[in-house]
Amino acid sequence: MTALPDTTKRKLGLVIDLDTCVGCHACVIACKGWNTQVHGAPLSDTDPYGAAPEGTFLNRIHSYEVQPANAPAQIVHFPKSCLHCEDAPCVTVCPTGASFKREEDGIVLVNEDDCMGCGLCAWACPYGAREMDAAAGVMKKCTLCVDRIYNEHLPEIDRVPACVRTCPAGARHFGDLGDPDSDVSQLVAARGGFDLMPEQGTKPVNKYLPPRPRDQGAIGADEGDIDVLAPYLAPVTEGPGGFLGWLDRALGQLPGGRG
Amino acid sequence: MHPATSVILFSSLSGLGFGLMVWLGLGYPTVTGWSAFAFYFIAYALAVGGLMASAFHLANPRNAPKAFSQWRTSWLSREAWAAVIALLVVAGHAIGVIFFATRLPWLGALGAVLALATVLTTAMIYTQLRTVPRWNTPATPVLFVTLSLAGGALLAGQTRFALPLLLLAGAVQLLHWHLGDRRAANPASTRASATGLGHIGQVRLFEPPHTGTNYLMREMVHEIGRKHARRLRVLTILLMIVLPVILLALSFSHWLAAVAVIAHLAGAITSRWLFFAEAEHSVGLYYGKGK
Repeated sequence: MTALPDTTKRKLGLVIDLDTCVGCHACVIACKGWNTQVHGAPLSDTDPYGAAPEGTFLNRIHSYEVQPANAPAQIVHFPKSCLHCEDAPCVTVCPTGASFKREEDGIVLVNEDDCMGCGLCAWACPYGAREMDAAAGVMKKCTLCVDRIYNEHLPEIDRVPACVRTCPAGARHFGDLGDPDSDVSQLVAARGGFDLMPEQGTKPVNKYLPPRPRDQGAIGADEGDIDVLAPYLAPVTEGPGGFLGWLDRALGQLPGGRG
Repeated sequence: MHPATSVILFSSLSGLGFGLMVWLGLGYPTVTGWSAFAFYFIAYALAVGGLMASAFHLANPRNAPKAFSQWRTSWLSREAWAAVIALLVVAGHAIGVIFFATRLPWLGALGAVLALATVLTTAMIYTQLRTVPRWNTPATPVLFVTLSLAGGALLAGQTRFALPLLLLAGAVQLLHWHLGDRRAANPASTRASATGLGHIGQVRLFEPPHTGTNYLMREMVHEIGRKHARRLRVLTILLMIVLPVILLALSFSHWLAAVAVIAHLAGAITSRWLFFAEAEHSVGLYYGKGK
């Protein structure tokens, strides 16, 4: 049923920390590894060892260079998967009823037995979170590892999405964003978590934590130095003295030198 | 957006076919017997042919019958219903005029309304997408409907309706391009809002997530042919509007009308190709497109 629930009992989702993500792509591999072998169509690759390999992934890492006006550029690694939006446009456009949002926990899923592969849901998603599998001809998307988080056959520590479980930097957090007292909600409140493209009106459940302000001391910041060690690390001399000073001058006198 | 041949043929051919059904249903021209058969044959060939072309766009067509289930929320599902109901009602009217030389005006009018509603549902599939600023405007359904009515009048040989409607469709087409260009130049979503990093500085893609291409890139970050967009726009207006109008204004003959129809169809297909090829999707922002 592609009508969205008015409210969901819980809002399960991810909080992604752009400050700590190191861009290792381990979550991409863990996601593909888990989701290609459980229920539903596998995540196929086409031409995997050939000249033009490509494949279906539910989670991808972009890397951006952000250039402030008066400071060095900064690299931000940017993981992106389904945001399990409260007002998910991908669900309402689906003509067959394959796409749905669960009332109990807010997870957006695709029932592959109903999907006709028209691709309209992928067009409706602003984030590029849905990919049509080239081999199976059905739409694939992040399930929030619905087959792990409730799976009592797994040790409790593993009952989180594969991407969260594997992240070596602790940049991905999973929990109920509808509960203001949950760890993830408190993290979002403390760090100023934000929505991607709020102007699209999708009300994403997943939140992103901004990179913390960078130490600007390295280049030309004479005032407002925030590094307490900086005064002790100031250069002790501006030019070489003693033997090195003589050598510098002598080499400079030789023809072909810089004079 | 990827200008898929199946979708371009579907929306332009079926738009023309349903447009012809509108005029036939309203009794322009009032034909019976074999000539009515010829008109309805053309209308059904275009409408049904277009619908069949759209099925080639599906990656898993075995589940296509399920597309009738979600009419409460989905414009694509509504389109499926509208098309089937329109084709059945128009068929009832067609049987009357072809085999019994009897016109049921109320049934014809109902068929006309349903045929037009089908074109409107097709347009709404694109109009509803906030992710594509060029499509997400009321000008999109106006364009689809006026083009369908103008092309239908042309096919039905109704010169006195076709002339003003073609000029109107041309004006709406120019307006759609103008609005689209303005929205594309000043989009609601930017790389800054897509990444949420705009408060730090200028955002530039440093490294994409994958070295090759993927479904998203092929389907939504498609840029082939945009460099010819200006020339194709001129060509569209010449073929779709100017040439048919001149030919109709000259004098009516079947040969001139045939050339006018072919030119109009070629122009309409070019217009629909541009509709897709020029459309920017917000996912492109993550791949460093846009601003």
